[in-house]
Amino acid sequence: MGENDKPLRVAIVDDEAPARSRMRDLLGECAGELPLTVVGEAVNGLAALELLAREPADVVLLDVRMPEMDGIELARHLQNLERPPGVVFTTAYDDYAIKAFELNAVDYLLKPIRLERLKEALARARSAPPRPEALRELATAPRAHLSAQERGRIYLIPIGEVIYLKAELKYVSVRTAAREYLIEESLTRLEQEFGARFVRVHRNCLVARAAVRGFERAQQDGDASWEVLLDGIEERVPVSRRQQHVVREFSR
Amino acid sequence: MARSINQNAYAGGLPNFRNLGILLRVGVIVNAFAFAAAVVKSRDVASLWQQVIQICAMVEPLLILSLIVLAGLSDWLRRAPYWPGVVAVFAIELALTAALYPAAQYLLGTEVSPLSRYCLLVAITTLAMLAYFDLRGRALSPALTEARLQALQARIRPHFLYNSINAVLSLIRQEPRRAEAALEDMAGLFRMLMADNRELAPLAREVELCRQYLSLEQLRLGERLKVEWRTERMPGDALVPPLVLQPLLENAVYHGIEPRAEPGVVSIDLYGANQQVHAVLRNPYKETGGNTAGNRMALANIRERLQLHFDVEAALTTKMADGVYQVHIVMPYIKIRDG
Repeated sequence: MGENDKPLRVAIVDDEAPARSRMRDLLGECAGELPLTVVGEAVNGLAALELLAREPADVVLLDVRMPEMDGIELARHLQNLERPPGVVFTTAYDDYAIKAFELNAVDYLLKPIRLERLKEALARARSAPPRPEALRELATAPRAHLSAQERGRIYLIPIGEVIYLKAELKYVSVRTAAREYLIEESLTRLEQEFGARFVRVHRNCLVARAAVRGFERAQQDGDASWEVLLDGIEERVPVSRRQQHVVREFSR
Repeated sequence: MARSINQNAYAGGLPNFRNLGILLRVGVIVNAFAFAAAVVKSRDVASLWQQVIQICAMVEPLLILSLIVLAGLSDWLRRAPYWPGVVAVFAIELALTAALYPAAQYLLGTEVSPLSRYCLLVAITTLAMLAYFDLRGRALSPALTEARLQALQARIRPHFLYNSINAVLSLIRQEPRRAEAALEDMAGLFRMLMADNRELAPLAREVELCRQYLSLEQLRLGERLKVEWRTERMPGDALVPPLVLQPLLENAVYHGIEPRAEPGVVSIDLYGANQQVHAVLRNPYKETGGNTAGNRMALANIRERLQLHFDVEAALTTKMADGVYQVHIVMPYIKIRDG
């Protein structure tokens, strides 16, 4: 029973102050029946990640429509936490999102939020964080960031800074001008999500179109093949024989 | 405001002969008739131009004189019931024809046919024009467009409604007075949204509505929303289509302010110049490739209503530059007493 006796740790993420204060009031009323503490409030995705790294929560009440990073993208980054919290989305009105929530069995609350519904959602959310596939289904637009987890911290990598993505054994390595990160995702999925932003130059490598400076012939074992020259880094990426057509595409 | 049951029916009525669009239409159609007549009368291209010149010499003086007289009598004609009004228009046209006839006889001599022939042609043309304006009036009449208009007007974003209610709920305990004010604003806003909005209303009222709307948004967005009004040169008595500005402000907040983490300014500049009313709305804009369909729909709706009320005398233009999105509306300055 031990786990269930501890008060539920809840975080509130919403960009609108009145919505946060209303949620706090409601949580205060839940506290009588359902022991809980509010670990904090955040006004956007970035602040939320910082808060949750500092103050782990069992449940995050998450507004869907927020500036810079929407609730759904944030929920996906939260999956990288050591112990991903349960997520309950809140939304005022969004036909599309509501259908998607229903379809993927993801919990949500409609604003204005009713006390009874909130209690039910809290009780459910403690038991299960959302499935990553479900969250992927919910996304309507590509993420603005990738997220990597290192020593319990989550690093956000703005997608615009990514120079290339390379599949390693179990991970995908994400190269920016500054450094390299490892993320647990599949290259094929990333290719699907970000579409035209990247171009596949090799079975194991996607290169950001914007970062391509040019191509150069390289001699390797007597075989001539192409390499991509990239902005921001010295390293070159080989173009596989099968992807040679990319070189022609760019030279046009 | 109180209207009878058949308020949806097309009331009919003569066109407003002072409206530039109506004058243009009369001019274009009558000249098209004249040209058609010239084509019928001529055997080849060379004689066609001869005919055009001859017919125009007959038609143009009458056309110009008619437009002047009708514009002058427009108020009086429009106040009269429809059928007596129609009879009056015919009488005016025939009288003008008769009045110009001696001049034509004097100038063109033997080329001139008997007066009765001209009277018949003028009567046919007048009939065609009045029938055209009647049909056009019906096509554009509120009865037919009402469903669409009402539907479009009711399209205040549910997103806004529920978020606002949520915001008011949050105030009830800590700040009951602000909650009261917010509910009053909301009531005012919805009263206006649900009213019969087919008649023009004073600009001052639209501005009040916009202020109520923005104060509700302010409640939710706080510091993030900054509003700048410039109304010193605003003609408050100008008549404008109701809800001509509010949907644009809603777009400005939804697309311009809400997607930003940092504060942004929505500015509204209202002024009168050269017998016209100008409204210039600006909001910050970030190219996100996001959903702009809602914005286009609101713009199309407002454009349609402007055209319905003012024809070619009103215009709506949009422009995007340096991260600022701007909508500029120009409407004719119609004062309350003229309407």
